[in-house]
Amino acid sequence: MAYRVEINGETRELDVPGEMPLLWALRNELGLVGTKFGCGMALCGACTVHVDGVATRSCSVPVSALEGKKVTTIEALAESPIGRALQQAWVEEDVMQCGYCQAGQLMNASALLARNPQPSSQEIQQAMAGNICRCACYTRIHDAIAMVAEKGTANA
Amino acid sequence: MLETATLSRRSLLKAGALAGGGLMLTASLPMVAKAATSTGAAPATLNAYVSISPDNVITIVGKNPEIGQGIKTMLPMLIADELDADWEQVRITQADFDPQKYGFQFAGGSFATPMNWLPMRQVGAATRQMLLGAAAARWGVPASSLKTERGRIIDPASGRTLTYGEVASDAVSQPVPDLETVALKDPKDFHIIGRPISGIDSPRIVRGEPIFGVDTLLPGMKYAAFERAPVFGAKLVSADLEAAKAVPGVEDVLVMKGGDNPELLIDGVAVISSNWWIAKEARKKLAIEWDNGQWASHSTAGYAARAAELVKGKPETILGESGDVDTAFASAARVIEADYSYPFLAHVAMEPMNCTALAHEDGRIELWAPTQNPTAGAQGIAQQLGIGQDKISIHITRMGGGFGRRLTNDFMVQAAAIAARKPGTPIQLIWSREDDIRSDFYRPAGWHKMRAALDADGKLIGMDNHFVTFIKNGQVTLENSMTADEFPAPFLENVRLGQSTMETRVPTGALRAPRSNALSFVYQSFLDEIAHAQGRDLPALMLELLGDREPLPGTRGPFGEQPGFSPPRAKGVIEKVVAMSDFRGRPHEGRAKGFGFYYSHLGYFAEVVEASLDRGQVVVHNVWAAGDVGSHIINPFGALNQVEGSIIDGLGQAVALAVEIEGGAAKPGNFHEYEIPRMPVTPKITVEFVKTDNPPTGMGEPALPPVIPALTNALFALTGKRIRNLPIDTSQLV
Repeated sequence: MAYRVEINGETRELDVPGEMPLLWALRNELGLVGTKFGCGMALCGACTVHVDGVATRSCSVPVSALEGKKVTTIEALAESPIGRALQQAWVEEDVMQCGYCQAGQLMNASALLARNPQPSSQEIQQAMAGNICRCACYTRIHDAIAMVAEKGTANA
Repeated sequence: MLETATLSRRSLLKAGALAGGGLMLTASLPMVAKAATSTGAAPATLNAYVSISPDNVITIVGKNPEIGQGIKTMLPMLIADELDADWEQVRITQADFDPQKYGFQFAGGSFATPMNWLPMRQVGAATRQMLLGAAAARWGVPASSLKTERGRIIDPASGRTLTYGEVASDAVSQPVPDLETVALKDPKDFHIIGRPISGIDSPRIVRGEPIFGVDTLLPGMKYAAFERAPVFGAKLVSADLEAAKAVPGVEDVLVMKGGDNPELLIDGVAVISSNWWIAKEARKKLAIEWDNGQWASHSTAGYAARAAELVKGKPETILGESGDVDTAFASAARVIEADYSYPFLAHVAMEPMNCTALAHEDGRIELWAPTQNPTAGAQGIAQQLGIGQDKISIHITRMGGGFGRRLTNDFMVQAAAIAARKPGTPIQLIWSREDDIRSDFYRPAGWHKMRAALDADGKLIGMDNHFVTFIKNGQVTLENSMTADEFPAPFLENVRLGQSTMETRVPTGALRAPRSNALSFVYQSFLDEIAHAQGRDLPALMLELLGDREPLPGTRGPFGEQPGFSPPRAKGVIEKVVAMSDFRGRPHEGRAKGFGFYYSHLGYFAEVVEASLDRGQVVVHNVWAAGDVGSHIINPFGALNQVEGSIIDGLGQAVALAVEIEGGAAKPGNFHEYEIPRMPVTPKITVEFVKTDNPPTGMGEPALPPVIPALTNALFALTGKRIRNLPIDTSQLV
């Protein structure tokens, strides 16, 4: 049977086994390859998307659990002011080295700022602890989030 | 000033017209013949492509693979500055693999900066000179009366201006300058070099655009998962494929017969599907019988026990001896002896190994490959498939990290071999994280019995190292070797390096700052032991050892003359970090500081770590780093990113990382068993660069090695207990 999932504002039919993780439906069925594979066990956060606004590891959520839910991926991050502000800060602060984990970092950071627009440094660290950056750009990721929080997103 | 890259008289600059108007410059820059060829390195040629279109867009081809080290941004900065371009008008395109056209395309060894610093600037300066000449001709004034500014030519006498784009077509017929003699800018006029510039691909990455190897999408593409033997060196005896083939969505299952060389194809089974997850799940249904031979009995515990036996005896080989070591030890008032060891390490680049390959019906193989070393990848595929290299074409993709793993191209060979069985169908091979950690070319483990002889005044009069390493078929393999000039050998009278070996099939290879990432721990820790025995600190001992010595003679590196180790530069960073960190000041309650210095990849780094222990956990509060990588920090953004990343990488290795071998197989499978650092453990990092009148050198590696001994030396200062084995076992500290 096909599952109907709203992805980036569009209802998509996914004719896949229900236990297939969302990540592989996005990447291999829909060609949305911005969401990255890092571990397959919800350990690294590279595959983070939003499900109904909540940061979710797409490698570990089955397609069958998503009927009627709203999924947002990195490809649609720019549609929110927080997303745009983070993208801009990421580029201006030269946050990344290889960049592979950054889609997941950005999705997690935007979910954090959506629920807590003024996080403390400790709250940023706790919220981002699930996202590995093997290049270890942690100082810059932290500072870019803090910068967006401080500026607010009114002008983004 | 000693330049590490020297151009030959055969340097050639060719000007041509760009389709649709504009200037296309091709610089072919063969390095001088003195570049060593004995190392087997590819002929060192540096080529550059610059074009200027009538609408004033400057396009520079980025020829080297980008793994996150920032090279795709940095090399064009060198050209653009001398060209006096506006960075906003510069576009960078990634070159495909084409050694005939681009020369040496490689990411590793922190080579790119020293190799390209001078030649890329010469290309930029020559381009500028041709544009000036074209404007002078149009205006009928001498070129010397004109100046340039941010992509425009200005006639100060009349106030007239032309953009580079407006004269680009005219410049095609200008005389081509001699690259050797073309005038370069006064460094004080640099306006791009030295400016923090954000990575050129970053805007695309934050939008999630397809840019990495694993993002390659081709019409009709299928995905492959590859099952190999868990035990290194095992052979496939038989495989029952039926259950896997029966999984809905599985399109094919192929037995792949390989050979003994893990850099090429090894035995395994490929599962192919239109969705990688289906292929990965179907792997679990394979029933394969492996012949493990003698290798299933191998373990890290076994290697450690054997090494402990070996260091009790005489070394198999003396790799180097100067002076009279035995007499020095016989006359010593005090002998310090310590056994050090470090484990196998995996690379765990964030983007798991993958490669997309298409076997065309006419026998050509086309690849989309995240590789640091496409040359070796093409050679490996040619060898494996028995085809000419002219049949292989490679698109170099951006990589989600490399750290040396993608210097070895087994995954490319695997993808090509699978694709060759499915002509006409593009195949994307993806490894799972478990495949990645368990099929690596690991930083080799090693063991060292260190001995130091001190005379009655406490002076260091002799040093001896019995090093135990690995061999395969009797040969010491890459990155398992040591050389007798390891610091402080050149600064001591009586030094010996002996070696004993153990046979293994665990594949080993280069990990960021290869060899240095392990030897720094051994030597800087042992020197710290000596300094304490002398009643002083390690920086004081280091400064005494370095003394007033002149730089050591240059050596011949793979790409020409390299400067020798410079004691004055080492002293410069040591003194700097001692001051920056208030190393000798009163420590913060419950914390202690440790020091480490290391010279690798032509870079000098001295670092101080401030650490404490909290309920058995190592906590790093501060790291201070002083680095000397020459006269300029070309891109301060990229440079700082590399130093911070290297420091956190090194601390993570020291605190938690090891790949244990058990039953002949690598034990850790995923990030819960190989715990790399996360944001909450990030210390405050303070970096200062000591600028000296030397050509700039690479940043990808040299900041890593010293942080490991700086941490273990801090833990000694804190607890009085010496860490001699990595990773740190905090139970040894109480």
